[in-house]
This record gives sequence, C-alpha cells and structure tokens, in this order.
Amino acid sequence: MVPLSWYLLLSAFLFASGVAGFLIRRNIITIFMSIELMLNGVNLAFIAFATVRHSLNGNVFVFFVMVVAAAEAAVGLAIIIAVYRTRETLNVDRVNLLKL
Amino acid sequence: MLETVLFLIFAAICVGGAINLLAQKHPISSALSLIVVMGSLAMVYLLLGAEFVAAVQIIIYAGAIMVLFVFVIMLLNAGEEERSATGSRVAMVLGVPGLLAAAVTTGWVLTRHGPASTPVVLGEFHGSAHAIGRLLFHEFLLPFEVTSVLILVAIMGAVVLARRGE
Repeated sequence: MVPLSWYLLLSAFLFASGVAGFLIRRNIITIFMSIELMLNGVNLAFIAFATVRHSLNGNVFVFFVMVVAAAEAAVGLAIIIAVYRTRETLNVDRVNLLKL
Repeated sequence: MLETVLFLIFAAICVGGAINLLAQKHPISSALSLIVVMGSLAMVYLLLGAEFVAAVQIIIYAGAIMVLFVFVIMLLNAGEEERSATGSRVAMVLGVPGLLAAAVTTGWVLTRHGPASTPVVLGEFHGSAHAIGRLLFHEFLLPFEVTSVLILVAIMGAVVLARRGE
C-alpha cells in the first residue's frame, strides 16, 4: 500500500523539474518539452486524488488535459517552425524582437 | 508489498528521466528521456487503477505528441544548444536554492498534513474505459463536443502557421 503523499511528491517533482527546464534550457523545443513535463505532473496529481476519492471525474479531467496538450503541441510546433523559417535559430535569447 | 516495489521502480525511472531531460544538451536526447518519463508514468497510472488513462497516455502522449516533437526536431535539424547567455546563469543561481526550498516545503507539507497519508490500495478502484465513456457521453457531453471544436481550430491554426509564406 503506497501512501498518497508519495504519488503527490512524484507529481510535485515532475512539475518542479518542468519549471526548472523551462528556466534553464535555451532551446525553444526543449522549453516546450518542459511544459509537457509540467502537464504530466499535474495529470498524476489528478489521477492520484481521483483514485483515493473513488471518483472518475479526475480521469475525465486528465482526458481533457491530454486533448488540450495535443492541440497545444500541434499549434506550438507550427509556431516553432514559423519562427525558425524567419530567424534561422532555435535559441530563445536570439528571438527578442517582435519585428524582423 | 509488490505494489510498493513497483511504484518505487517506476517512480525512480520517472525521476531519472526528468533529470536526464534537464541534463542532456541535444534536443533529441531530451525528447527520448521525456518518452521514458511518459512510459513509466503510464505504469504508475496502472498502479493507481486508471487503466484507460494509462492506455491513452501511451497512445497520445508517448505516441502522437512525442512523434510530432521528434519529427520537428529532425525537420529543423536542431543541434546542441549553446549556453553562454547570462539569463540562464541567473536562473541557475537563483533558481536552484529556490527550487530546493520549494521541494523541501512541499515534501514537509505533504507528509505531515491533511489526508495525504491515505493509502492507495491496488485493485480497489478501476477507471475502466466503460465507466469513463459513460461519464464522458452523459455528464461531460458538452465539454467533450467543445474539445472537438478546439481540435479543429488547432488543426487549422497549425496548417496556417506552418504554411510557407504567401
């Protein structure tokens, strides 16, 4: 029997490493992957609470989070391709002007 | 007992993958370690009894989304990232102690207070596809239909954004 707090600690760790990756990494694709890591941490907390409370609503919420993550990945990666076409770089420090 | 051992194994794989994602320099290595994290998270979902979510995690996250990521990395021929910016050094210096403090506080709160020490018993609860489908098409029908509109908008947005100009 695993206590709920262990699952929550794992979830908090995943979210925190996502935040750390978002701040530390400079490659725009890796930053995007850190966001996915944060979403996964939140999903784990949803599922853990749903199981403890014997409610399926948490599982349905995770389903919706996954749908939104899929939409976000499609649009975000399209934006990354557009940025790369105009700037020829993936380093976020070089993408610091709105105009070309 | 076996349950605890399995949780510890997959949690360790998860943590290792997340740390590897931060440590690797090449984006493709980061993407592969993210796939490892997602796969072992699916196993953790199975331990929690959420069978449907575990399957969807493998199919959508580790399958569709990560294939998209790897595809874009290869399309743009992304190489190792350069690390000379001062911004990242500030994040390192300020972020690491802050992150440690946040981690210690979270751990302390989670292990001491609230219902957090409730044990999760394997096999007591099942998030089966049947039950979730029933819930999704009865109580959450409107949000479910709205997500299909969201997907449609996302497809059109991706096509418009990634199109070569003019």
